[in-house]
Amino acid sequence: MLEVRGLRSGYKRSTVLQGVDLDVPDGRVVGLLGRNGVGKTTLIHTLMGLVTPSAGSVHLDGADLTGRRPDVVARAGVALVPQGRRVWAPLTVTEHLALAARRGRGRGPWDVPRVIALLPRLGERLRHTAGQLSGGEQQMLAIARALLTNPRLVLMDEPSDGLAPAVVDLIGEAVAGMKAEGVTLVVVEQDLHLAFAVADEIAVMDKGRVVHRSPTLEFRSDSSVAAALLGVA
Amino acid sequence: MLGWFDANLVSILNGFAIGALLFVLAVGLSIVFGMMDVLNLAHGAFFLVGSYLAVSFVAGDSWGGFLTALGVAAVVGLLAGAVLSGMTEPLARRPILDQALLTLGISLVVAEVLSIVYGNDVRSVSPPPGLDGSVDVAGSAYPTYRLMLIGVGLVLALVVWLVVERTSVGALVRASVADREMVSAMGIDNRKVKVAVLGIGSMLATVAGVLAAPVYGARPGLDETILLLALVVVVIGGLGSIRGALIGALVIGQVESLGRALLPDLASFILFGTLALVLIVRPRGLFAGKVAHS
Repeated sequence: MLEVRGLRSGYKRSTVLQGVDLDVPDGRVVGLLGRNGVGKTTLIHTLMGLVTPSAGSVHLDGADLTGRRPDVVARAGVALVPQGRRVWAPLTVTEHLALAARRGRGRGPWDVPRVIALLPRLGERLRHTAGQLSGGEQQMLAIARALLTNPRLVLMDEPSDGLAPAVVDLIGEAVAGMKAEGVTLVVVEQDLHLAFAVADEIAVMDKGRVVHRSPTLEFRSDSSVAAALLGVA
Repeated sequence: MLGWFDANLVSILNGFAIGALLFVLAVGLSIVFGMMDVLNLAHGAFFLVGSYLAVSFVAGDSWGGFLTALGVAAVVGLLAGAVLSGMTEPLARRPILDQALLTLGISLVVAEVLSIVYGNDVRSVSPPPGLDGSVDVAGSAYPTYRLMLIGVGLVLALVVWLVVERTSVGALVRASVADREMVSAMGIDNRKVKVAVLGIGSMLATVAGVLAAPVYGARPGLDETILLLALVVVVIGGLGSIRGALIGALVIGQVESLGRALLPDLASFILFGTLALVLIVRPRGLFAGKVAHS
């Protein structure tokens, strides 16, 4: 489904991605791991069109999305659950859902009732502004917002960031629910417990490249890779 | 206290009239800046275009000319904003200052063209019939047109507030002020939103120019005076905030009017003193609508 080839990208003075190759098959969940500063978020931003690549290519089901604007990438079927959630603080939950469904309505299985069935807590907070929500609720709202665009591929960047363990479990359940609905996912995660729980496969980044790829079970049974690339035992 | 109030009633009413005008002007400026980081320094020039349109169309004793001026100004404002949006697009990834310089250049060109076409004399515009007299307000004679201006300004303020705070289009605008990258990640083309917002914002400026013409007339330099006042309102109110623009406009309206009436020598000091005071207490304005993100 997603094919990334030789992707180079970065910011004004520094190239962060040094040639990323990554394939994500339809309906699979890929956990993207790596130490801080290896380029995980830059990769997600480049895939979404928020950062313009200097070389390489991004294809989604054969369609060339390399260097396209974020709204074009979104309409092609890619959705982002960004690091730090980035919900629109002054807008209510209802307004978020309506805005997200503006373009995505009728293009796939997700509508407001279905998203609330997956994330029931949001249903109790419809009239609250995003700024009044807890961190976990904001994360659920960010997930709901992404799903309502009816994406074929969802990019999640550190969904557990800054959340209490009990809330992380809720997010994990939501991701499992999305997976059960057939959503293809790339999940950047520092929380190995969450990554292992949701991912079919693990990809590890180091120094701006994807340097390792294996099924999750295999990755968990071979602790040497994790030790070498992530610095964990 | 009541005696003071009575003595200064005319100044206070004038302050509301100025405040209503400033709100209509500043709200466009504030949303465009808060939403798209486009600081439109041509806003004052657009206002003056409206005032000169009133000079051209308002003739004799009829409503026809005044309404024609309003209609033409609305269309001209919409088009000017859309063109401006296109012109700033190539600079979208450049620093704010580059875009500000472009709009400053445009405003200088517009002001020069107006001065060539209309000359450098102060031109006056008479209010439409029925509004050219004065009414008795608590014992003082007060121009009817200014009272109407206060009313129209408040109605416009209410309409803009309702659209931005209570409609789905308004939600799109507020979301764009808060985090426009995430709006585009929903598949929405930011550039179209920018064209619409700049168009409507500029339309409010030209319409305000027509509405103000019977009070302030039209003259070279009025654009800069107005732009400066609108910028002060935006800074005091907070970028991208409707409520901030309204409160800021009402405060600056009173500061301008009462300041000029009571302490004419210090009027400018009071205006910018208010600005400095607000910035010291609330560096991001009274109601900052823009939320920083990493």
